[in-house]
Amino acid sequence: MSETLDKPAAKAPLTIVGTRPIRPDGADKVTGRAAFGADFHMPGQLVGRVLRSPHAHARIVSIDTSKAKALPGVKAIVTAADFPDLASEMVEGSEASSDIRDLSLNVMARHKVLYHGHAVAAVAAVSGDIAEEALARIKVTYEVLPHVTDVEEAMAPGAPLLHDHLFTEGLEARPAQASNIARKHRFVRGDLAEGFAAADVVVERRYDTKATHQGYIEPHACVAAWGEDGRCDVWCSSQGQFTIRSYCAKVLGLETSDIRVTPAEIGGGFGGKTTVYLEPLALALSRASGHPVKMVMSREEVFRATGPTSGGVIEVKLGAKKDGTIVAAEVELKFQAGAFPGSPVGTAAMTALACYDIPNFSIVGWDVVTNTPKTAAYRAPGAPISAFGVESAVDELAQKLGLDAIAIREKNAVRDGTKASYGPTFQNIAYVDTLKVIKDSAHWNTPLGPNQGRGFAVGFWFNVGGESTAAVHIGEDGSAVVVTGNPDIGGSRASMAMMAAETLGLPIEKVRPMIADTNAIGYSMLTGGSRVTFATGMAVVQAAEKVVADLRGRAAKLWDVAADQVVWQGGQAVCLDPAKADKKPLTIEALAAQSARTGGPISAQAAINAQGPGPGFAAHLCDVEVDPETGVVSVLRYTASQDVGKAIHPSYVEGQVQGGVAQGVGWALNEEYVFDADGRMENAGFLDYRMPVASDLPMLDAILVETAPNPRHPFGAKGVGEVPIVPPLAAVANAVSAAIGVRMPNLPLSPPKVLAALDAKAG
Amino acid sequence: MSKIHVTTTVNGDSAEFLAGPGVTLMDALRDELGLTGTKEGCGSGDCGACSVIVDGRIVCSCLMLAPEAEGRRIETIEGLAQGGQLHPLQQKFLEHAALQCGFCTPGILMASKALLDANPDPTETEARYWLAGNLCRCTGYDKIIRAVMDAAAELRQERVA
Repeated sequence: MSETLDKPAAKAPLTIVGTRPIRPDGADKVTGRAAFGADFHMPGQLVGRVLRSPHAHARIVSIDTSKAKALPGVKAIVTAADFPDLASEMVEGSEASSDIRDLSLNVMARHKVLYHGHAVAAVAAVSGDIAEEALARIKVTYEVLPHVTDVEEAMAPGAPLLHDHLFTEGLEARPAQASNIARKHRFVRGDLAEGFAAADVVVERRYDTKATHQGYIEPHACVAAWGEDGRCDVWCSSQGQFTIRSYCAKVLGLETSDIRVTPAEIGGGFGGKTTVYLEPLALALSRASGHPVKMVMSREEVFRATGPTSGGVIEVKLGAKKDGTIVAAEVELKFQAGAFPGSPVGTAAMTALACYDIPNFSIVGWDVVTNTPKTAAYRAPGAPISAFGVESAVDELAQKLGLDAIAIREKNAVRDGTKASYGPTFQNIAYVDTLKVIKDSAHWNTPLGPNQGRGFAVGFWFNVGGESTAAVHIGEDGSAVVVTGNPDIGGSRASMAMMAAETLGLPIEKVRPMIADTNAIGYSMLTGGSRVTFATGMAVVQAAEKVVADLRGRAAKLWDVAADQVVWQGGQAVCLDPAKADKKPLTIEALAAQSARTGGPISAQAAINAQGPGPGFAAHLCDVEVDPETGVVSVLRYTASQDVGKAIHPSYVEGQVQGGVAQGVGWALNEEYVFDADGRMENAGFLDYRMPVASDLPMLDAILVETAPNPRHPFGAKGVGEVPIVPPLAAVANAVSAAIGVRMPNLPLSPPKVLAALDAKAG
Repeated sequence: MSKIHVTTTVNGDSAEFLAGPGVTLMDALRDELGLTGTKEGCGSGDCGACSVIVDGRIVCSCLMLAPEAEGRRIETIEGLAQGGQLHPLQQKFLEHAALQCGFCTPGILMASKALLDANPDPTETEARYWLAGNLCRCTGYDKIIRAVMDAAAELRQERVA
């Protein structure tokens, strides 16, 4: 794939990549024309609704649907009895693998409910009111069981067991007894005891974070239609139509080829729309009723039954020499997985120390099931949580050593050639440059006022590549259509069109990107892992290069010269053969107009498994002011630098940085799942689950560092979407700690918590 | 329960529909009139995705009953562009890349229009507080605020001209 680097198209001065054109789908998005998940309607469609568990943990003794079925207008009711009871089988996602049995049991509870909000039955009726009435008439008899929502309580001996057959993996010997601990992850290097013995200064502290939700504004929504021929259609908002297709087929016991999934516009996902919740239910209801079924979650359902990411405990011990060299690090992570195994503790462990070159370390991560919704991926899954602990500890260490926050990171920074804490050797990284641009910024060099504090933190994310397909079709007018299989979650259509336009030499207005259904384009892994501009972009460029090669060949044919006598320059074929000096360059338009004479339609496809995404590094600086009377924290100023390789559309890259920062600020200051004594989420709405609003934030300055382009990508792009959420938790907490003179280790830093810390300090 | 016949004005044209007494204006716009540009993010008035303008005031259409629209003048996102021309707010949102997924965008545009109708020269702080009822999870609001301020400046110039 790296051969593309040597093509003339990549070496010519860029005219489109790096500029800021209006996104191709822009008009649709600002006029209300764009059709999201809930905007699709089918003739004769029914309304589907879900009955959810009122208990955090209970055995399902019986389900009686007879009274609901008798209600006029009710067309179908399904329970776990309508789905195959699947065996355990791991399926790969782009960032995490899932057990399909767990996935199925999360979609519809069988025998036991494992969290408040767990689906127990679903109804399809001619109206929402009738469906709701039917839900009220379903009688479920439960035997309520003791529950556990806190991660450390779930790990303790004698804790209520969620799964009788869960035996901890990753231990040296299989444990004799089942527990809630699904897995132990461990990463070690060097000799920890020796490292700490050599340290002049040691800091040690326990940190914790609460479960937080991705908070996409669009609730999950789908329409499913079961065909009489057994072929079915699903229209839904997701991060990957192919993933939805695969999971639906598994959960329903169907052939993948029987399902076509058409992607709607997606109203935010952040990792939370990488799995199925409603789609298999809607398909089952459609099969049972013979009608298309539309299902849309309420916001309360989104909070209670989808996402979130883990709450976690992070214990960090760091040892350093007087000059700031960190010689030993010990990190222990305990993560809530929710009702089924699979918290992001593995990636949290792998990223925890990834910005540092430390000779001796031990990182241990525990994946723990709890009676809370099954966690889903959330932007750089796990990394913000471990980074919160590590970056807070590094801040404390720097203070003890009398070093500034950037100096200690520079001292211990990974560079090209450093072996990463998680294994590979870094190449083409610009981490130290992200530190430098912050150090040189006006922000870093501006003094603070009273009650104000400044916090700094860094972050790392792997980014992923993977399988993508793209097709480029040239129309008879010489315009291009670029087809991919990746839902556009934040403006990726723009980058796809720009990369194609750059390669073809067309103006951006003549390239129209589209996202196809599962039958109309080859397989593509989902939109996640910050992979689309890198991996799918690479496929787009390769398809466009094939088109260019084809166009050169056609020009050569028309001119009767050898193909190597034709070059592609500025969107046209140019003849090099001195004997044919009279041949005027042929534009795409001219070649397209005579395509029938030169071999037929002009079209090409590339299907690749992209390798070498290039990791992302970020450095964030945050100023806060704390109101000493109320404990309210205001973010005054924020500057974020990031190693982006090369920004294809800088505005949308800045947007990723700014959006990640805003989510991280919310996570740091206000957002949390609050559970009552019965294990019910108490704040399942946007009023009480307090996400940042416009008046909570200042302008967010994004500095894009382009000093280390990714050599594997034709234009140098690295993934950019996830790493910006990694540093903010610690950047904000370090700023608050500096402002009030008290280390704040427990998120969120909501006003009562900050006020309590201030009161305790005052004595 | 029998449905209520509602006569109202939507984006300058008269519109009629039938709605149950408990149906929200949001559902009537989306399901009865097919105007799905108005989005539902929460159904409880917390996210602003369903913002429309009723008799010049911004409202969450999920908190207003459809029968209450009788005789009112309703503006939705579908009416913001006039005569095939994007409204300056729409244009500035595109120029500033003030949207990512675009789901909150219709509500934010309508709220921004109501702001600029009421206050043609808002400060950044005023714009931020006015839009505090509209959640965006993608952008961090930076580019949204810049787009609104830029559109305000352009609209002021247009008025002078």
